[in-house]
Amino acid sequence: MKISSREVEYVAHLARLEVTEKETEKFTAQLNDILLYIDKLNELDTKGVAPMSHAIAVTNAFREDKILDSIGTENSLTNAPDARGEFFRVPKVID
Amino acid sequence: MELNQLTIHGLQEKIKNGDVSATQITESVFSRIDAVEERVHSYIRLIKDEALAAAAKADENIKKGDIKPLTGIPVALKDIVCTKGIITTCGSHILHNFVPPYNATVVEKLKDAGAVFVGKTNMDEFAMGSSTETSYFGPTRNPWDLERIPGGSSGGSATAVAADECITSIGSDTGGSIRQPAALCGVIGMKPTYGRVSRFGLIAFASSLDQIGPFTKDVEDCAIMMNVLAGYDPKESTSVPAEVPDYRQFAGRDIKGWKIGIPKEYIVDGIDPEVSAAIKKAITVIEQSGGQCVEITLPHTQYCVAVYYIIAPAEASSNLARYDGVKYGFRASDVRDLLDMYKKSRMQGFGAEVKRRIMIGTYALSAGYYDAYYKKASQTRALIKRDFEEAFKICDVILTPTTPTPAFKIGEKTDNPLQMYLSDIFTISTNLAGIPGISVPCGFTSGGLPIGVQFLAGHFEEGKLIQIASAYEKNAKIEKRRPAL
Repeated sequence: MKISSREVEYVAHLARLEVTEKETEKFTAQLNDILLYIDKLNELDTKGVAPMSHAIAVTNAFREDKILDSIGTENSLTNAPDARGEFFRVPKVID
Repeated sequence: MELNQLTIHGLQEKIKNGDVSATQITESVFSRIDAVEERVHSYIRLIKDEALAAAAKADENIKKGDIKPLTGIPVALKDIVCTKGIITTCGSHILHNFVPPYNATVVEKLKDAGAVFVGKTNMDEFAMGSSTETSYFGPTRNPWDLERIPGGSSGGSATAVAADECITSIGSDTGGSIRQPAALCGVIGMKPTYGRVSRFGLIAFASSLDQIGPFTKDVEDCAIMMNVLAGYDPKESTSVPAEVPDYRQFAGRDIKGWKIGIPKEYIVDGIDPEVSAAIKKAITVIEQSGGQCVEITLPHTQYCVAVYYIIAPAEASSNLARYDGVKYGFRASDVRDLLDMYKKSRMQGFGAEVKRRIMIGTYALSAGYYDAYYKKASQTRALIKRDFEEAFKICDVILTPTTPTPAFKIGEKTDNPLQMYLSDIFTISTNLAGIPGISVPCGFTSGGLPIGVQFLAGHFEEGKLIQIASAYEKNAKIEKRRPAL
């Protein structure tokens, strides 16, 4: 076993996903299959190989520091499930 | 032939000669949609009123002699590109009501080129899938056999072109999501070089792999679309400020003296014998066209799927963290507190495949596993890229099958994610290396399912792909069939 159901529950918590018992069971089996397949990479010696993050080498992309139009508060709030005034409204965070 | 069956260049000629109006073309597309859409389900949303208004405007411009490359051409957009004022769902419940406040750069470019937008096409949820079965809005069916999948994730964009429910469409390709459905539906699909087409307004899946590209009915149309889509965008920091050639000039040129690499690692067990035979035939056509086929090696091919299924989910787990029920999209009701709201909204908003990938990605990036998974995958990715660099020292273009099999049955692989992932073995390495690729129809199985051949070239050499694809298209003389719907 690469990953236990308890680890699956923990990873779900890290990913902010609520999973049911049944889902945990299914994900544990499927994730094990996938991780076992991925283990194939361990056959390969990659010592000294620099990890690659992007296919095309782009250095810092700068543009002129000019003020351009932006979406604005009103437009930013139109899709909010719950908005009040200029704010996104969420359940109480601090007691 | 009906207007909706024609190509961009075919229609443009008729428009220029005054033989047809943009309104007639658009109406012809919508009457086809009325006839077949219920069975195929290419679209999540149709925008007929907007399309007819845009066509009327195009007709005014045509009268004034103002004809742009796509004036009056009905174009379908994958529901992953943001369209101002038009709901953009990414195939997910979590974005079922999301109305983007801006247009993706490609949408602006297409609009500026005169395009008439038909609607938003169906796709695997957040582009995660190879069959368009993970869409919250139900599966799309392959027009060549309604019992089969169209490929994915850009399945709806492929079927809309194949079933003549539009003239051309836009897809996105993270591990084959344009080329694989193009092959399975018998149309042309191109994934440009990473950085060639702006990703601004493309809903992110795996940012170091995602790229937008076109589906078309022939190679010349692909060149026309690339002329519109390609180019630097200051709004997108990985977009590359390189000069864009006129891709149309490559269509029709011959490939005499070209060396075509055939990677020996792509001849694997599990390739369908009819696919294998079609590819052998394609190699013969290329040789008769003046190309010289040589065996090459891409030694790290067998690791591509493993690398991809670490890197793509890792990037996805980060990109999809933004869907939290606060700023837009679905929010769960009856929640205890903020944390509970995040968890329930994401639990109810995402489908199983998306959750699975978020989990893999979160695990691969978590403390204690980062080096074993993400770092190892990024190192192997460098070796895969190096394989291609070495290969392109020997050959101009690489030729491979696009997919190991023709379209499979709906439901055949939904319970086995790993099997589904392996259907992308020939397309994934392209995205890891950032190079461009094109899939071109190369025949049919005895059962009448389309097969595709894939050409790959070095960074920013889309012109070479247009050139070889057009030479192949001209000399292969693949029978022009249309799906019997």
